[in-house]
Amino acid sequence: MTSTRTLHLAAELAPGSGRADPGPETAGRTVALARIAEAAGLDFVTHDDSYARPGLDALATLARVAPETRSVGLVPTVHTTHTEPFHVQAAVATLDWVSRGRAGWGIAVSPTGAEARLFGRRPAPPVAELWQEAGEVAEVSRKLWDSWEDDAEIRDVATGRFVDRRKLHHVDFQGATFSVKGPSIVPRPPQGNPVTVVDATRPAARDTAAHHADVALVRASSAEEAAALRAELHRAARAHGRDPGQLRVLLSLTVDLDAYEGGPGALAELIAGWHGGAAVDGFHLVPAVPERDLERFAAGTVTRLRERGLFRTAYEGSTLRDHLGLARPVSQYATTGAGS
Amino acid sequence: MSTSEGGRKQIRLAAHFPGVNSTTVWADPRSGSQIDFSSFEHLARTAERGLFDFFFLAEGLRLREHAGRIHDLDVVGRPESITVLNALAAVTDRLGLAATVNATFNEPYDLARRLASLDHLSAGRAAWNVVTSSDAFTGENFRRGGYLDRADRYTRAAEFLATARELWDSWSPDGAPRPFAHSGPQFRIGGEFTVPRSPQGHPVVIQAGDSPEGREFAASSADVVFTRHSTPEAGREFYADVKGRLARYGRAPGDLKIMPGVTYVLGDTDADAHERAAGIRRQQVSPQNAILALEQIWGRDLSGYDPDGPLPAIDPDPDSALVQGRVRVADPVAVARRWRALSEAKGLSIRQTVIESSGRQSFVGSPATVAAALAEHVATDAADGFILVPHLTPGGLDEFVDRVVPLLQERGVFRTDYSGTTLRSHLGLPEPVWKG
Repeated sequence: MTSTRTLHLAAELAPGSGRADPGPETAGRTVALARIAEAAGLDFVTHDDSYARPGLDALATLARVAPETRSVGLVPTVHTTHTEPFHVQAAVATLDWVSRGRAGWGIAVSPTGAEARLFGRRPAPPVAELWQEAGEVAEVSRKLWDSWEDDAEIRDVATGRFVDRRKLHHVDFQGATFSVKGPSIVPRPPQGNPVTVVDATRPAARDTAAHHADVALVRASSAEEAAALRAELHRAARAHGRDPGQLRVLLSLTVDLDAYEGGPGALAELIAGWHGGAAVDGFHLVPAVPERDLERFAAGTVTRLRERGLFRTAYEGSTLRDHLGLARPVSQYATTGAGS
Repeated sequence: MSTSEGGRKQIRLAAHFPGVNSTTVWADPRSGSQIDFSSFEHLARTAERGLFDFFFLAEGLRLREHAGRIHDLDVVGRPESITVLNALAAVTDRLGLAATVNATFNEPYDLARRLASLDHLSAGRAAWNVVTSSDAFTGENFRRGGYLDRADRYTRAAEFLATARELWDSWSPDGAPRPFAHSGPQFRIGGEFTVPRSPQGHPVVIQAGDSPEGREFAASSADVVFTRHSTPEAGREFYADVKGRLARYGRAPGDLKIMPGVTYVLGDTDADAHERAAGIRRQQVSPQNAILALEQIWGRDLSGYDPDGPLPAIDPDPDSALVQGRVRVADPVAVARRWRALSEAKGLSIRQTVIESSGRQSFVGSPATVAAALAEHVATDAADGFILVPHLTPGGLDEFVDRVVPLLQERGVFRTDYSGTTLRSHLGLPEPVWKG
């Protein structure tokens, strides 16, 4: 490797808009695509989820993929507006368990009246409030993942105790629109905290990304614009008391490799150039047609980046945090020692 | 519909992942992780090797508490059911995959979508065990929070299930999405469902209530009833009662399978098995668990009592709030009186009394004895089959599959291969009629 900064690559797997309806073939299709991404050494795959067009539940789909892959990170989109934060965090933690430490989640909100009518629980609030709530869901999720300390399970036959209850914590979270008592029902997941991804393209999502995301996705039409967005996210992260070194900024590129001028080779040039210039930490490929474009991306683009020593030729770690160079966090309750 | 092969009524079998209670023995050196995926994979693969109808996961939404503190004596911590089952769909081919999911703390659109997704991702093997909850204790983890009146639980569950079925029916069988609209006392929703009609049409619906309302709900709407009536007499009474309610809903007796949850202990001989069973009961009731069991009846702090000493002379507190997150004993004063009488008659200590009073395992004996008893149970209409609850994770089902299943097959009362691919086909349940 000649580069000192690791290049991170990810790809979206959901069918492009207007594609065939989902059905029983979803499992086989998604497994095949995830394996292409894994053979190419990608950090993770994302799978979008929408209440507005046909598609299976994304977290379910990637849970189905988990046992048929070994290394690649799995990041489904998860909506926070009409769902229960307690269920959401349990499902993400469980994805981390079944994938042995490869889970993340891409936070999404549901701003439309049509989505609100599907649930019938409340009208859709303004989008700024939805992103504030999404931030609270991210915060309570971290608390719940931390609510079991790593060594809470003791199996102490002498005292008859299965767990040390001093290492299980009520989270007593009070948000603007919900509260959660805790602790979680799921023991602390393998990564401690699964990876939180926020698409920061829309300004309304940007502060939530800076505050809570491990990976922020941005869109830009020039390296300068991307660098400015990354700097803005770093500044905001610092303002929230975070170390910007723990935030990865990936540029989302919607690519139709059939129409892309110069093809996969030119895309490799662009990636190498922007990454080398420190505009971004990596790229999130959104293929127009995953079945066609992902294989070309792997064979054409990734191969060239590897030849130039810019991208890993094998996974070095086993968890998504390992791939991203993010530390496994210590439970926020671990040092307090306070009883539940 | 094939409920019989060669004229013999066929046994349905399901495997319950060991629970988070004292039935599950964790102090045994063979006890493995309750949370690693490998444990789920082992049990599911074993159940599929045994040609079981389905694998069953229970649900917990709040850790149990005792005297205001998190209960620490039993196995605790479990994954979110539907996510684990989607992963298990990748490592099994035919086994049904049943998730317990609460109708009180979910919304129909989201849950119907997750269940239909599981049915697609498993190619027709999904089941939903519909449960309800009314306690504010659990509600503290959820947006809707608070207390649901007991009488409203089945009202909500019934409308929830009906709404889910409207969503599952909203796509035509040839793959055209159509808008839905539901308007009822519990839910007013409308729009378009994102998931095409799933391979089973509707995932299999399991129901576990035993009250008159629960039995009626099962008769009207469920495909499988998970009961606790594991003795032949109680089983036959329940079976006749619930099957008798089906005609009112235009359903045939075979449309609803009755499956008690049962425990079992095997040995080379009956005597061996009974000895092992007694040893397991001692493991299940540790000295600390004996005091806890007593406190659950008495509703008082009894931590000062010696588990090897006599029972308390004081009476239970009927209004106690000591225990949270588990089912309350209906008449604690009567139970306490019974336990005292037992202790005095046999000269038993607290721990011995709890061991003696705690339920015996349902089926104990050599493989031949257990196979005969299971077959008899089903042949005499005390059940259609069983949900087996092993006491060890993850190896607790191995011996049953290796030693009992072949004997059931020899008797001609259990399949020797899967004949279909969906859970409905295993259970001999009809395809739901599309109500477009």
